[in-house]
Amino acid sequence: MDGTAEQPTQAEPPQITRRWDGDALFRTLVVLTGISVLIVLGAIITVMVTGGWKAFSTFGPSFFVTAIWNPVTQHFGAVAPVFGTLASSFLGLVIAVPLAFGTAFWLTALAPPAISSVIGMAVQLLAAVPSIIFGMWGFFVLVPVMAHYVQPTARHMFGHVPVLSALVSGAPFGTGLLTAGLVLAVMVVPSITAVMRDVFVSMPTVLRESAYGLGATRWEVMRQVVLPWSRQGVVGGIVLGMGRAMGETMAVTFVIGDSNHIGWSLFAPANTIASLIALEFPESPAGSLKLSSLMALGAILMAISFVTLWVSRIFLARGEARAGKRS
Amino acid sequence: MTRPIVSQTADRPQRSGVLALRRKMIDKLATGMSWLAMLIVVFVLGSILWTLLKNGLPGLTLALFTHSMGAPGAGGGLANAIVGSLLQTGLSILLGAPAGLLTGIFLAEYGANTKLARTVRFVSDMLLSAPSILIGLFIYMVLVEPFGHFSGFSGAAALSLMAMPIIVRTTEDMLRLVPVSMREAGIALGAAKWRVILFICVRAARGGIMTGVLLAIARVAGETAPLLFTSLGNSEWSLDMRRPMASLPVAIYQYAGSAYQDWMQQAWTGALLVTVGVLIINIVVRVGIRGGRT
Repeated sequence: MDGTAEQPTQAEPPQITRRWDGDALFRTLVVLTGISVLIVLGAIITVMVTGGWKAFSTFGPSFFVTAIWNPVTQHFGAVAPVFGTLASSFLGLVIAVPLAFGTAFWLTALAPPAISSVIGMAVQLLAAVPSIIFGMWGFFVLVPVMAHYVQPTARHMFGHVPVLSALVSGAPFGTGLLTAGLVLAVMVVPSITAVMRDVFVSMPTVLRESAYGLGATRWEVMRQVVLPWSRQGVVGGIVLGMGRAMGETMAVTFVIGDSNHIGWSLFAPANTIASLIALEFPESPAGSLKLSSLMALGAILMAISFVTLWVSRIFLARGEARAGKRS
Repeated sequence: MTRPIVSQTADRPQRSGVLALRRKMIDKLATGMSWLAMLIVVFVLGSILWTLLKNGLPGLTLALFTHSMGAPGAGGGLANAIVGSLLQTGLSILLGAPAGLLTGIFLAEYGANTKLARTVRFVSDMLLSAPSILIGLFIYMVLVEPFGHFSGFSGAAALSLMAMPIIVRTTEDMLRLVPVSMREAGIALGAAKWRVILFICVRAARGGIMTGVLLAIARVAGETAPLLFTSLGNSEWSLDMRRPMASLPVAIYQYAGSAYQDWMQQAWTGALLVTVGVLIINIVVRVGIRGGRT
């Protein structure tokens, strides 16, 4: 026993130095790769800001407050696409959140387990469908429906009501803010549903069971036990979905209608930052003021989406901390 | 909980009958709305798949896979776009997977909770949710404008930036699931840390890491926005990564906006191909996870 234990110790010194080398090398490699991720993001931000500098310096602060986008007079402003981005994402969320909440409620409380997992998986698969497919679906299925049925009906019903008539005015093209909002809603429902289902399920079963034991109905358990408990996570999931909606390009480009316009009408064509970049970029020569304005818009979009990610992570982290504490 | 969840229905059913009825009605209403929400979501999913199948299947011919894109009416196919997509996706994974794997190892094994690791983790998540069109703009400024021409390489580079954060995330999560006892066993045998990580931890987490790589493939294969300004698209057969290169999503985008019947048909069939491919990868991954965990 003693003899055999001696041998490795004698053979070790040269090996230790070799191993130490391998470890140091691997460690350096791994740390450098990690740092390269930071460099990539830094480079993206630098490129966006320097690329947009020409626009920022030419127009000054007025870039952020003018709604003009005129390549002929070389005058560009950010307000219309920023408005379109925020408005279409807001509409999308207003539609998506109730749908996602209802689906998550159904999946966790109402569905038989076997069916729940099948539908849950189908909803997850919807999240994997490439965004251009949503764009085509929106353009060829949703737009005709909007043009032929939804908008005429809405005008017929609300066209003479003082405030609501502004919301439904405009020619029935079928494209516009509301259509973009609907397509975005379809796109973000799966991710919001997934987050909601996860936080609902992560609640300790004993809380749910004790509420049922007291005779509460399923809705009362959801409203007064599950929802207060998982509020942070739910908000985090919604903000995450908002981030996705605001950065979406292809789906929106098909249905937004591409018009640099700000208005109250839900059916008026509009623009988002991402769709404007996709549509106008091919006509922007390198080094032009227009390209610089597009880059400046990109910088704004970057800032918006980072802020939303930050906020969503704060909420999700709080929710997780809570789940960890209680379970 | 100021409002009583449970009234005294059990004790005095007669007197609080109205309240019990109201609670029951509200529950019925909420349940009904919930069913409605679920049915709407499933209906939309069905509508998308049905539209794809109805419009895409008629165009599924052999010529689609053997001919390159052509002028309207000339009987072109999508062969160059399919090959271009495969090449760019493949190269992007070759670039993105090692970087993602190493970063994941850094986060799980070396960084843990240091300030650097937390920053890298947050930045990687930012890249994961960064609008894809901005990735395209970035690569355009860095790899296209300086060289003066669009190229398949720059398309692959843009896609690799999208693939990497997914792989970082799954790698880190999966490595954290490897039991400490396995690491300890490796260290006790005298293995160096890098050997323990690469030959014990990564090997044990192999399945999960592959899942991340597959999900990354599924994600980037359907991306259009990052390719618009990088590989641009090309209507001719080309395997040269230094030149503009066709890809399925960009071809779909170009054809779907056209007014020609046969281009529209090919756009739908291309869309069907992309979706079926992406969904198959996702189903395999999900069924695989379920099979592996139990």
